[in-house]
Amino acid sequence: MFNSPDAFTRSLCVLFVTAALTACGEGRDENAEAATITPPVASPWQSNYLEIGRTASPAELAAWDIDVRPDFTGLPPGSGNAEQGEEIWLARCAACHGDFGDSNQFFSPLVLGNVTPQDIESGHVAALKDPTRVRTTLMKVATVSTLWDYINRAMPWNDPKSLSTDEVYSLVAYLLSLGYIVDSDFELSNENIANVQARMPNRNGMTQEHGLWKVDDVSDVHNTACMTNCEASVEVASSIPQFARNAHGNLRDQMRIFGPFPGEDTGAERGAETAIASVAKEPPAPEAGLASSAPMELLTGNSCLGCHQIDSKLVGPAFTAVAEKYAGQDDAVVYLSRKIRQGGSGVWGGFMPPMAQLSEANAEEIARWLAQ
Amino acid sequence: MSEKSGREIVPQAYTPSPTVTERPGALGQLRKAPESFLDKSTIAAVSKSGIDENRRQLLRTSFTTALAGMLGASLSARALASQGDPDILTLPPWSKSLGNAVATNPYGQPSKYEANIIRRQSPGLTQTDQASVSFSPLQGMFGMITASGLHFERHHQGWVDIDPRRHRLMINGLVSKPMVFTMEELMRLPSVSRIHFIECGANTGMEWGNTAVPTVQYTHGMLSCSEFTGVPLSLLLEHAGYDKAKAKYVLAEGADGSSMTRTIDIERALDDVIVAYGMNGEMLRPENGYPLRLVVPGVQGVSSVKWLRRLEVGDMPYATKDEAIHYVDLMPDGQHRQYTSIQEAKSVITSPSGGQRLLTKGYYNVSGLAWSGRGTVERVDVSFDGGRNWYTAKLEGPVLPKALTRFNIGWTWDGKPAILQSRVVDSTGYVQPLKRQLKEVRGTRSVYHNNAIQSWQVTESGEVENVQLT
Repeated sequence: MFNSPDAFTRSLCVLFVTAALTACGEGRDENAEAATITPPVASPWQSNYLEIGRTASPAELAAWDIDVRPDFTGLPPGSGNAEQGEEIWLARCAACHGDFGDSNQFFSPLVLGNVTPQDIESGHVAALKDPTRVRTTLMKVATVSTLWDYINRAMPWNDPKSLSTDEVYSLVAYLLSLGYIVDSDFELSNENIANVQARMPNRNGMTQEHGLWKVDDVSDVHNTACMTNCEASVEVASSIPQFARNAHGNLRDQMRIFGPFPGEDTGAERGAETAIASVAKEPPAPEAGLASSAPMELLTGNSCLGCHQIDSKLVGPAFTAVAEKYAGQDDAVVYLSRKIRQGGSGVWGGFMPPMAQLSEANAEEIARWLAQ
Repeated sequence: MSEKSGREIVPQAYTPSPTVTERPGALGQLRKAPESFLDKSTIAAVSKSGIDENRRQLLRTSFTTALAGMLGASLSARALASQGDPDILTLPPWSKSLGNAVATNPYGQPSKYEANIIRRQSPGLTQTDQASVSFSPLQGMFGMITASGLHFERHHQGWVDIDPRRHRLMINGLVSKPMVFTMEELMRLPSVSRIHFIECGANTGMEWGNTAVPTVQYTHGMLSCSEFTGVPLSLLLEHAGYDKAKAKYVLAEGADGSSMTRTIDIERALDDVIVAYGMNGEMLRPENGYPLRLVVPGVQGVSSVKWLRRLEVGDMPYATKDEAIHYVDLMPDGQHRQYTSIQEAKSVITSPSGGQRLLTKGYYNVSGLAWSGRGTVERVDVSFDGGRNWYTAKLEGPVLPKALTRFNIGWTWDGKPAILQSRVVDSTGYVQPLKRQLKEVRGTRSVYHNNAIQSWQVTESGEVENVQLT
């Protein structure tokens, strides 16, 4: 081995030799060297890092400090009325939330007829006690600042933070008018929003008095650590019904393929009904047609898939439907790439936000894909 | 149960794994000479005097004989089955071929045989994939750490992959110096690494009323545990000079489309909260907040804000969108509980668990996870008869505060129906409640904070099913 060392062995030898030389100190004065070493920070918590990080500028703070508290700290001045709000709503919000905030197609409904004048009086929505009633946003929310914050922070769903301050006021006003909390021509502003808070139907329906907030709070539910003869009788009250056994796909395929506890085959051996369900759950066939050539990076990176799916309608039409509609149209690429960048409304019954962040080349690539 | 009780357990005949395939190109290509087909004396003679015509003939014969022996062995594999396990008697291809080079997968991947152990969505749980959940496959996991690629996901407006060079953290509000940090700056600061669980407040939320989902992946899979590395939040708050007299709450805010926000009380913020960039030795995964997230140990996952961009110090709770409309627990009297944060002590048996099958009677190691948002797991008891009698399980170390703890207990199944349960006691003395105890106080519409004892029923056929007891 030492006659003809390979490269790895040679490297090791070099390391050993270097280490040996270092250990010997090569005859240097060790005391002199120690004196030149900068000692490490004695404690990691010592504030030797004061220069790390910098002061935020007022403009930077204004750009990011968007929260609005229940006492309305953070609320920017502005106003908007419910009538304007309805127009914006129909263009920007209705596709997901329904014309009257009553749709549950994508999210829980915002408004349904479960808020009564009595609730506005009492400040606690009575329908919340009724297990048969659907819980809507307007039934739950205790603070009007939350509605303002929500819309300003995260709406529209696929285009968050694109609304102007006045548009947010208008939309909050419209939403409140749908719950009969304000009139349909109400003008909401930073000046009068506190008055609206006094009419929020569930303003008294929220409590922070419970044992799950602070670490040393006392829990309201606990058990005793009984060890023997703890239950008089043991009875099964509920289990997965037979028809739903395969609702989550074949469980056999969700377990490790070896080991002491293999998966139960819920796809087979259960008669025709479940067998069909199993077939339906099989992985889709290899992509064909439009899907196979989809520019996925562009579609994903620009949130297109938040509203459109390839083969089925989501918020917007399926891409296959778009492709079909414009098949054979000579200027399809030009038309579609313009539509993508500028947005539009009316063609499919909803609103398409402008995708101005897309370069012309990227918009054209998507359009070319759709028009193929 | 009764309709299945007549079914017999058929012992599985052992067959070679269907996954063992012949090495591609094994036939019709050049074959390497079988090793050791020359005896020592021949090797010595060839080394000494070279190969003459006689020796050449000898070599040819020896090679042919050795090759025939090798082929014969594989041809008669089935005939040999009676003599033992064919997977032992016949060498598998991986023992007889050259393996892959180092760094073939520079970041590494699980074995292709582990393809079933992945995050999954529960069909129909949410209407859009961006405001959705994927569950960790607890039934296939070991120990206390969740592999980063299996950490559950919960996004409110889709996940983003943020350019870390453009990411900033701002601290403002009741501070003497509002500050901005780059990732470089944060990573220069003193760091801590700690192991903590993150559990979504809605974990097990589908099971408040009745049994709803079949496996532990869906009942408990919004739960993961990782080693997180980052800067203590207390250090950053001190650094920015937070107002010690007035500061009562901190608002954490994300940089994603939803700008997820959460109010955290100041005592907790100063306790063990981490502004984390590292997870299990690597940077956070994008689905878990790359490049920066908050980790608030012991409280519901939504507080551990992902893609963290801002921390605001204030003197009252913020009641932002996700803490006033979502993540509120509906009580039977119609009141909503707000800022329900703590994930109280909870445990679950992960193997065996729903959707699995016991193949034969006899010994099994029963294993599961226990955790408490208020502290450390003190003890775990396991019942095999639906809670009549309990036996204390063995805890695997390390047992850490606000971290998952693995427990194990041996069990010999006699082939009769059984109901398996686990019950944790934490360091505060709190004992995990029965489902009926929880329902008595909180009703069935809370959605969040269901930490009741889980029941798995083993039928006579060996099938394990998710059930709820009266």
